[in-house]
Amino acid sequence: MATAENSQTVEFDVRTDEMLVNMGPQHPSTHGVLRLVLRTDGEVISETTPHIGYLHRCAEKIGENLTPRQWVPYTDRMDYLAGMNMNLGWSLTVEKLMKYDLPDKARHTRVIISELNRIASHLVGMGTYGLDLGSFSPFLYAFREREKILDLLEDVCGARLTYSYITPGGMTADLPKGWTKKCNEFLDQFLPVIADYHALLTTNAIFVKRTANVGVMSAEMAIDYGCSGPVLRGSGVDYDLRRDGEERYTSLYDGYAFEVIVEKDGHYPKDHDYPNVPTDAVLGDSWHRFYVRMLEVIQSMDIIRQGIDFYESATGDWGTPMKISTKLPKGEAYLETECPRGQMGFYIVSDGTGPIPFRVRARSSCFSNLSVAPELCKGILIADIPSIIGSLDVVMGEIDR
Amino acid sequence: MAEYLSTWIVEAGWDGWGWLAYLLVALVYAALLLNVIAVGAVVFIWMERKISGRIQDRLGPTRTGGKFGWLQTLADGIKLLSKEDLMPGEADSFLFKVAPYVAFAAGFSAFMALPFSDGWVALHLNIGIFFLLAVLGMEVFGVLLAGYASGSKWSLFGAMRQAAQTVSYEVPLGMCLVIPVMICGTMDLVSIGNQQSGLFTNWLIFHDPFTFMIFWVYFACGIASVNRAPFDLAEAESELVAGFLTEYSGIRWSLFFMAEYGSMFLVSGLAAILFFGGWNGPFPIFGIISEATGWSLESGVFATIARFGGLINFITKGVLGVTVMIWIRWSFPRLRIDQVITMCLKYCVPIAAFCFIGVLFWTGIVMPNVNSMLSIEAPSNHEDYTGRANIREGWVKDVDYTVSQHELSLAKKAGPKVLPEAEDDDAQEGDDDKKDGEQVEGNPDEPKVEVEVNKAAFNNLNNNASQPLLAQQESLSKKGAN
Repeated sequence: MATAENSQTVEFDVRTDEMLVNMGPQHPSTHGVLRLVLRTDGEVISETTPHIGYLHRCAEKIGENLTPRQWVPYTDRMDYLAGMNMNLGWSLTVEKLMKYDLPDKARHTRVIISELNRIASHLVGMGTYGLDLGSFSPFLYAFREREKILDLLEDVCGARLTYSYITPGGMTADLPKGWTKKCNEFLDQFLPVIADYHALLTTNAIFVKRTANVGVMSAEMAIDYGCSGPVLRGSGVDYDLRRDGEERYTSLYDGYAFEVIVEKDGHYPKDHDYPNVPTDAVLGDSWHRFYVRMLEVIQSMDIIRQGIDFYESATGDWGTPMKISTKLPKGEAYLETECPRGQMGFYIVSDGTGPIPFRVRARSSCFSNLSVAPELCKGILIADIPSIIGSLDVVMGEIDR
Repeated sequence: MAEYLSTWIVEAGWDGWGWLAYLLVALVYAALLLNVIAVGAVVFIWMERKISGRIQDRLGPTRTGGKFGWLQTLADGIKLLSKEDLMPGEADSFLFKVAPYVAFAAGFSAFMALPFSDGWVALHLNIGIFFLLAVLGMEVFGVLLAGYASGSKWSLFGAMRQAAQTVSYEVPLGMCLVIPVMICGTMDLVSIGNQQSGLFTNWLIFHDPFTFMIFWVYFACGIASVNRAPFDLAEAESELVAGFLTEYSGIRWSLFFMAEYGSMFLVSGLAAILFFGGWNGPFPIFGIISEATGWSLESGVFATIARFGGLINFITKGVLGVTVMIWIRWSFPRLRIDQVITMCLKYCVPIAAFCFIGVLFWTGIVMPNVNSMLSIEAPSNHEDYTGRANIREGWVKDVDYTVSQHELSLAKKAGPKVLPEAEDDDAQEGDDDKKDGEQVEGNPDEPKVEVEVNKAAFNNLNNNASQPLLAQQESLSKKGAN
């Protein structure tokens, strides 16, 4: 490279112009409306600047004009791939403010539903990641299975994408009769399909070449940037809110046996027949982030199976949904939950004058996860951008709110 | 056909109109080939949609044109034709318009030299492979022009990727093609195909382990050179929007598409001819029939039927190759540009070079091949077939050129003046010998001139060089003295 220090070098060296390229907001691989401004020298990228805000819908401000129950549909539209998990986070926050305790049956219902939605969300993450790397078929295989999950969720609440099923106080309805049997059937037929995903992506030689040792993020860096979810665990940080979170959230998982998916001493928890980590892969690279997601699918399946057993023997009902006009007590509450993309926090402040909260805020996991992008996307090739951004698995609806 | 027509026209008394026959025949060939590409593209696009559909648990097109949606591509084509002619404001309008035609013309003209059956070729070139390789490489110009003229950064990226990729992959592709040429001793695709007639063990892929290995290298390089997944970097939709195609729409876009599918068939057709016996089926059915009945395979109705069978063989093999390409496309992720180049330079080139040397020694020390080990002898589809070695040596040996009765009668009519010319034309081999002889005779004179020139040059050199040298020595001695 020519440098300005040596004028002779500049004179005789071939110097190419740097180009500023806009990747997005209408670009096939930026997952919605993310806009990346790339400074490129040929194929090499020297600087990446993410620009956000193309999907800003004032959700938080709207929350300050609606009662908590009315705001539930707005949480659906934040991370639209994991609506149930968003509903759950908001409902738990409001319940924390109200100091409301759930009946046992509702607790297990929430676990089953939110874990089911986690699988659906990870399937989209996996499929679109394959799409980013140029492999089209895994995307459709993922969506085929996701359709079955959506069918199950449709049976539960009538909606396929924006559910508003989990509300402050419980659920809008109980699980339908015979639903748990259907769910078990789905899990049985889904387990062997995961081997296909591993064959087409996880262990595929080209896939490994494109993802291993790409976008390596150290554990310190992940913590410094406030990353969470599979992005954090992919860097080897043993942290999962389902185990390490607040009492109100972890109590949902009381009695469930599951291990946090993270690499310990060079290997992952091995309940099933997982493919081995390739030799090229470095802890914290795109491959590991993807792999953590794949393993979490199996982990969620285990949790659902346990949840169904608990649900069938549980006592009590599915909770009493809070009324729209219920007056909120004076105070504030903040709660973080483990969503598919990381820890999603909701904050509510009430001045105690009526049913409408004084302040509503949301802490987005994808926002923090995306903030690593400028650091990771330095000195790489253009083709690595989809590989890194895709492995962060951002949903713009959640970042912009 | 052209020769026959032209002589017929001359015979009919239309002197000076012989060129008309060539024009007519050229038009017929061009129309036929254009149809091969256009219909081929329509079928391949339909195939791609159906196969990718089945791979992905979908149905693909089902409605247009009956149960299997086989008219879907045609409907799409009509839609593309009726689209608005869009051109970006920043584009270089002339180059933007020309680029698709350049790309398409390259793919199209390569089909000229591709034989579809024994002797069924628009232009029978004795350097067919060379021509194909050269013309196939021209397609990159269209892509480069498109990328440059679009005035879009993404297009430029795509074009530069394509240029880097195609130019690198020409090297191993050329090396892969040299190996069959070396075994057969000719660049004539018709001759290479005919040398593989007989049982399928005669196919070059079964010639020795090195040719078996080189086929896979060739296929990988072929996929890379026609820009298909996993090497479709130039139009990588997740990185470069659509690469050099970003700004194209309507009929211009579909021309690029047709060129792509055309060259896909070209590459797999070439693979069929070079490695899989071309138009020769696995079993020489027509050869067996010919031997039993005595029907000629050279001319007549039976020969035409045999060649038609060969055509079906060839097309089946070509389509199989295209199917494998489609299968690969829908199964694999895309490589990165540095990995593509690494694969080319680090793996394909050395493997091709290794196989080249391997084949060289294998044929040199005459290792046994499958045929000699199994001692199979099957009748050939080709009457002239007298073993590969004989055909290979044929071009060095004297060949008996037989003058047809028709030509003889023409010559007799024209009188004695024409006869020597006809003899000269027919006896090229003799001519060459004579030329060699002339050179030998001329030799004693030539070296003298050379020596003289050399002496003069030598003197000049001495004169020029000695002075600076002396000056240097002087300056050095001065320095030493100081």
